[in-house]
Amino acid sequence: MSFINYSSREINCKIVYYGPGLCGKTTNLQYIYNKTNPEAKGKMISLATETERTLFFDFLPLSLGEIRGFKTRFHLYTVPGQVFYDASRKLILKGVDGVVYVGDSQMERMEANIESLENLRSNLTEQGYDLDKLPYVVQYNKRDLPNAIPMAELEEALNPTKVPSFEAVAPKGVGVFDTLKAVAKLVLTELRKGG
Amino acid sequence: MTQQLVMYEEELSQITSICEVLQRDSNAKAVLVVDKNGQAFAEAGEVESLDITSLSSLTAGNVAATGAIATLLAEKEFAGQFLEGQKTHYHISIVGQRVILVVLFDERSSLGLVRLRVRKATTELVHVLDVLAKKSASGTSPSVFSEITDDDIDNLFND
Repeated sequence: MSFINYSSREINCKIVYYGPGLCGKTTNLQYIYNKTNPEAKGKMISLATETERTLFFDFLPLSLGEIRGFKTRFHLYTVPGQVFYDASRKLILKGVDGVVYVGDSQMERMEANIESLENLRSNLTEQGYDLDKLPYVVQYNKRDLPNAIPMAELEEALNPTKVPSFEAVAPKGVGVFDTLKAVAKLVLTELRKGG
Repeated sequence: MTQQLVMYEEELSQITSICEVLQRDSNAKAVLVVDKNGQAFAEAGEVESLDITSLSSLTAGNVAATGAIATLLAEKEFAGQFLEGQKTHYHISIVGQRVILVVLFDERSSLGLVRLRVRKATTELVHVLDVLAKKSASGTSPSVFSEITDDDIDNLFND
């Protein structure tokens, strides 16, 4: 649920990175954080376990500049990918304006990918959202690994609705900003429709 | 989809006034009003040293988690929370099921006083939030967003 503040002339939107455990959601946010000018970002918060697995969420506030005199602020969140953190994932989806599904390109993670995507869809439905009506993009991460599945196969399995999709190598930044820009554009376009 | 939250100058100034009175009357260090998605929109008191964005996001996460625990325990909600620190204490309460009122205080105040003043501020806030909800729903506001062009959006992303 975007928040429009006419008084301070700000638009705040929430983007959630979703995907199976260890697919690179946190790495996406870390790369964005490291490559963004200090004045455009706030502190990145990671609620993680001692082994650096996301426990509740990562959070990164980002300013993208002004549109028609309104400052646009995006709050980026990741969910914990591990299956047993489902209750936390549901909470983080509340008030979402745009979703990035991060898939893991490795053959052995396909089942986890599919399970996570189904979980995303059902958790959104539970919160009153429809994935097909939300600003939504897909990212295929870990494209540099030798066991990465061909793109066509990933697309067929994980992107049946043919939303914008991006190949990525998150630690090196490949595809990270392309993904963010795409979802942010869709969110703003949606805001225009609603406005 | 849930309804968009919109804030206008008039209501924001009323909410800020309520925060200022609450901060003064309860001898609190700071008062924040945060929406349930973690965006702060009003504050009063000693906020310069606070990372309001982070505090708001974590507070919302905390409230969401507590709310989910309440559901598991067949409770409607846990309306408030108090965390006691060595120097700073943190009191939060949910107002009108829509926003979170955060009060930070130290030895200059007490939990009893904070609770008392929060109760009064809550009544006033509920009233303003009701007006705001009606105003947003009636759609009488000028909509700048319908005039946004593709170029406006593209310009945001020019490297």
